[in-house]
Amino acid sequence: MSINILVFTEFQEGEGFKKSSREALGAARRIVDEAGGGEVSAVAVSDKAADFPSTLAALGADKVLCAERPEFCVYSPGGYAAAVVAAVELVKPAAVLVPGTAPGKDLAPRVSARLGAPAATDCVAVELDGDKIVAVRPAYTGKVQMRVGFKSSPAILCLRPNVFMPEPEDKSRNAETVLLNLELTEKDLALKITGLEKQDSERPDVAEADLIVSGGRGMREPEGFRLLEELSKVLGAGIGASRAAVDAGWRPHSDQVGQTGKSVSPSLYVACGISGAVQHLAGMIGSKCIVAINKDPESPIFKVANYGVVGDVYQVLPALIEELKKGS
Amino acid sequence: MNIIVFVKQVADTEARVQIAENGTSIDTRDINFILNPFDEFAVEEALRTREKLGGQVTAISLGSESAASVIRTALAMGADQGLLLKTDLQCDDPLQAARALAAEIAGSEFDVAFFGKQAVGNDHGQVGILVAELIGVPGISMVSELEVTPDGVRGKREVEGGTESFECSLPAVIATQKGLNEPRYASLKGRMAAKKKTIEEKEVSLAEPVLVVEACNYPPQRERGRILGQGTEAVPELVRCLREEAKVI
Repeated sequence: MSINILVFTEFQEGEGFKKSSREALGAARRIVDEAGGGEVSAVAVSDKAADFPSTLAALGADKVLCAERPEFCVYSPGGYAAAVVAAVELVKPAAVLVPGTAPGKDLAPRVSARLGAPAATDCVAVELDGDKIVAVRPAYTGKVQMRVGFKSSPAILCLRPNVFMPEPEDKSRNAETVLLNLELTEKDLALKITGLEKQDSERPDVAEADLIVSGGRGMREPEGFRLLEELSKVLGAGIGASRAAVDAGWRPHSDQVGQTGKSVSPSLYVACGISGAVQHLAGMIGSKCIVAINKDPESPIFKVANYGVVGDVYQVLPALIEELKKGS
Repeated sequence: MNIIVFVKQVADTEARVQIAENGTSIDTRDINFILNPFDEFAVEEALRTREKLGGQVTAISLGSESAASVIRTALAMGADQGLLLKTDLQCDDPLQAARALAAEIAGSEFDVAFFGKQAVGNDHGQVGILVAELIGVPGISMVSELEVTPDGVRGKREVEGGTESFECSLPAVIATQKGLNEPRYASLKGRMAAKKKTIEEKEVSLAEPVLVVEACNYPPQRERGRILGQGTEAVPELVRCLREEAKVI
């Protein structure tokens, strides 16, 4: 069987192709391998997309479609959607994989509407059922996993970051390059992104971080998060927060993990002073390893933690920071 | 200003969630239904826009008869009138829902249409942008700051590690992020006044879904963990486990 998969990729100045893009390419390669043949195409949209083909080839692409325009130095919702639609029309893929980042989650419904094609967000697995694509995604505060099927083509899948494995780099792989000529309409350009404000650029964003330290009401006061900031520096981790910490005004909403916050799948999630309410678990139950530090041994978080420490965060965290510094 | 706010009735999943006998949905018998939490911010923003610029706010919901209750909540918060797009079909396909909503408002000369950024339960987070694209107007989600004027909208949306500023002209679709504003409570006075407001009802037929739930399963059980100890004594063992057992650091 032969199957074509198109992958939307994002390039970050100073970082290269984002990890979530490399994960999506890896997922695409695996589907093509499982099908026994086919092609992985990557679409790159940027003001310097023409530089990308060889890098994308090494990351798993057989074909690279470049949409290059000076305006594309920033995300352009309509412009990027037009580029992906143009790529779909050329490649006619069975599926389009989109990393579940902010641009990706914005893009997927736009492409869905323009093509009349079904899109599933927050996919944590992709399978082939015969020749059909099937996605698995969490729902209902993570208490249920839904297997979803796509009744028309292409299937659009927005992938949760940090779940899929990137393809090992292979610099010997070659990719065919195609330059996309885009006709952008007034509607495409109606919504303008006019600027970007980045916070702490050192720390990984909680939605993409592979290690997360997170604080809740048990931190007792906003200054307590300084301990988490120190711990995050030692681990190279992102910082999350429970709803209680956000509602108390201690942390911005963008740090919130949970049903009305972010869903994360890190390798390690350290929950500090977090009781483990259902709505919080919804956001982090996909973590590979959960550590809970809490004064109350009856806290529900201990039921889901791989490792638990019953104690005061103000004593345990400084000790943990010291212990970690020792080993490194 | 002609302001629309879309509201959805969702399951309150505080309680246990059980998979229904058909295996493709959840059992709704013992479930409490509520206004989608993200929609509260949408309703509040709609009301603030009316307070600033005048006009009226219409709250619209796609759902069964029971969805009228979330429209009534919006009316109690201050919306002027409601519309129930009635269907008894379980709608799990965002595009299917968006097509019905877009068909309803496409001809209607609205200025701003507000959505919550996602409906808890299905958590697709697509319908706001789908509707904007289907109608052909600018639409944006994850909105954390907003300024609406008679000429257009300006605001910010959340992205990884920061915010993006955006602008566009009206009409526009805005999908609100939590924290955009602080939603008001429906006061007793508001709830009394809501009883006098109208909720129009229209039967709608939905297009065939293109995204279908083939099965619902319970996620695999997590491996049982253990408590390593109390206080600082447990720390060396914790670090050892993370390094050697779990191998995550």
